[in-house]
Amino acid sequence: MTATAVLLRRPVGTLAAIVLVLLVLVAIFAPALSPYDPLTQSVMQANLAPSAAHWFGTDQFGRDVFSRVLTGTRSSLLLGTISPAIAAIAGCALGILGGYFGGVTDRVVGRAIDLLLCFPELLLGILVSAALGPGFWELVAALGLAFLPRFARIARASTLSVRREPYIEASLSVGCRHALVIWRHVLPNVSGPIMVVLTLWVATAIRLEATLSFLGLGTQAPAPSWGNIIRDGLNNLFGSPWPIISAGIAISVTVLAFNLFGDAVRDLLDVELDE
Amino acid sequence: MTPLLQVRDLVVEFRFRRATIRAVDGLDLDLDASGTLGIVGESGSGKSMASLAIMRLLPQPAGRVAQGSIIFEGRDLLALKASAMPAIRGRDIAMIFQEPMSALNPVMRVGDQITEALHLHERIGSAQAHARVMEMLELVGIPAPAERAYAYSHQLSGGMRQRVMIAMALICRPKLLIADEPTTALDVTIQSQVLDLLKRLRRTLGTATLIISHDMGVIADVAERVVVMYGGRVMETADRATLFRDPRHPYTRGLLAAIPRLRDHRRRLHQIPGSVRPAGPPRPGCPFAPRCDLARPVCAEQDPPRIVLGEGHIAACWAVAEAVS
Repeated sequence: MTATAVLLRRPVGTLAAIVLVLLVLVAIFAPALSPYDPLTQSVMQANLAPSAAHWFGTDQFGRDVFSRVLTGTRSSLLLGTISPAIAAIAGCALGILGGYFGGVTDRVVGRAIDLLLCFPELLLGILVSAALGPGFWELVAALGLAFLPRFARIARASTLSVRREPYIEASLSVGCRHALVIWRHVLPNVSGPIMVVLTLWVATAIRLEATLSFLGLGTQAPAPSWGNIIRDGLNNLFGSPWPIISAGIAISVTVLAFNLFGDAVRDLLDVELDE
Repeated sequence: MTPLLQVRDLVVEFRFRRATIRAVDGLDLDLDASGTLGIVGESGSGKSMASLAIMRLLPQPAGRVAQGSIIFEGRDLLALKASAMPAIRGRDIAMIFQEPMSALNPVMRVGDQITEALHLHERIGSAQAHARVMEMLELVGIPAPAERAYAYSHQLSGGMRQRVMIAMALICRPKLLIADEPTTALDVTIQSQVLDLLKRLRRTLGTATLIISHDMGVIADVAERVVVMYGGRVMETADRATLFRDPRHPYTRGLLAAIPRLRDHRRRLHQIPGSVRPAGPPRPGCPFAPRCDLARPVCAEQDPPRIVLGEGHIAACWAVAEAVS
C-alpha cells in the first residue's frame, strides 16, 4: 500500500496527523508566532473581547490570550509526550523482563504493576507532585510514574505471547543471548500495541497536565500553560470568559487529534487491545 | 573413535507446585561424528524434551534435567555454566524446528536473521558475511538467493521457510544438527525434498544429524540408527535395517504394523489399542504395558530389563526377556 493510499483510506487519521504536525510547529515557533509577549501585563487592556488586535481577547491582567495559548502549547506538548515516553521506556523494560523471564521476576513485576494500578493517574499525579513539590519537571516525573504500569502491563502481556513463539526458541538455538533475543526479536514484535497505547496516553497526559496545572501543581504562574490559563480564567470568569474558552478549545482539539491519530495507528497496525 | 554425542541415563523432569512430571526417563543416545540417529515416538513420548535438554533449552523455570549426562565432544554439557551455552548453540550444535511457519521472526528479513546467526559466532566483515549467507542459501536450494534474502518470512512458502531455517542452523557449520519433526508441517512432496536436502547436507558438510519424528517413514529415510521411545523411556534401539527387518519390542512391532500399505487396501488400518498415558510422576513398570498385547503382571510392577539382542540391538521388555531365556 502506498503512502497516498493510506492517507486516502483514513481521512480522519490523516487530518489528525496534520493537526498534530501543526501543533508541534506551533510549539516550536511559539515565540515567533506570538503577536505579544505572553507575560506582559497592561491594565488598560484588561478583559477585552476578541478583536483584530487581540484574536482571543485579553485576560484580567491585560495579557494577550492568543499569545499565552500559543506559548502554553509548549508545556502541554512537552509534558504530554515526555511523560508517556518515560513511562513507555521504563514500563516496557519492566513488562518485557517480567514476561520474558517469568517466575519470580514476573511475580515481582506483576505485583508492582497491580499496586500502581490501584491509584488513578490523577491521584498518583497529585500524590507525587505533592511529595516532590509543584513544577513542570516534577509533574513530568509524577505522570511518568502514573502511566508506567499501563505500559508495563501491555508489554508484559505481549511478551508472554511472543515468548512462546518458535522464533524465540530458534534464535536461542543459534546462540543468541537473552539480551539480544529481547532486543532484536521480542521488542520489535511487541512494539505495535505499545505504539498505539503511547498515542492514547499522550492525549491523557495532556488532559492531566491541564488538570494538575489547574490545581496549581504543574507549570507555575506566570508562565502560561493551558491548565493555568483556565485556572486564571476561572478566577476572572465574569471579567472575561475568553481565556477559558480559548485554552479549553486548544485542549479539546489536541486531545481529540491524539485520540483519532491513535485509532488510526491501531487500525493500521491491526492491533487488538483488550482495554 | 569417540562418539560426538553420548547421552547417558538422561532424566528430564518438570516440577510444578503440586506435581513432578517425568518427561524423559533414562534415555541413552550415541551418535558418531557425521552419523545419523533417529528418535521415533508418539506425541508425548519425550523425544522433543530430550532434544531441548541437549540444547539446554528446556522450558523454564519448570523444566530441568534431574540426572544423567550429555557428553558432547568429551565434555558434559550439563556441567557447563548456563552462560557458556550460547557459545555452543549454533556453533557446535544447532536445531531446526517443527513449525517453519513461526520459527522465523516476522519483522526481520530472512537474510538478516541468517546473518545474525553468523555474526554471533564469527568475527567477519559484512561483505564476507553476505557472501557466506548467499552461499548457504544456494546450498539449501533457494532459487535467486540474492532476492529471497530480502524477503520477510510471510513472503515465503513453508518449504522455503524450512530451507531458510536449515540455512540459519547450518551457517556456522555446527557438528551436530538436531532436527525436531523437520517435515511434519510440510506437504508430502515438500517433505521428501527437505529430507533429501538434509541427507545431501550431511554428506557435503559432514554434520551429524539427530532426527526426531513420529513418522517411521521419515526415520527410515534418514536415520542409520533408530531409538524408539514411548512414555519417556527407550523401548528399543537398533540400526535401521535390523529394526525394520526384525523388530522385537511389541511397541515397535505395533508402530511398524500401523504404517498404511498401498497393496492391501481392503484391510482396516492397524492400530495400537488405547492411547498414550499422560506424562506423570515417575512410576515403576513399562509405560507401554496398559496397551500391550503381551503384557503380563510383572510389566506393570517392575521396570523391564534391557535385553541385548545383537550388535547395538537392545529391547526393554519382559516378553522379549522371556522369549530369549
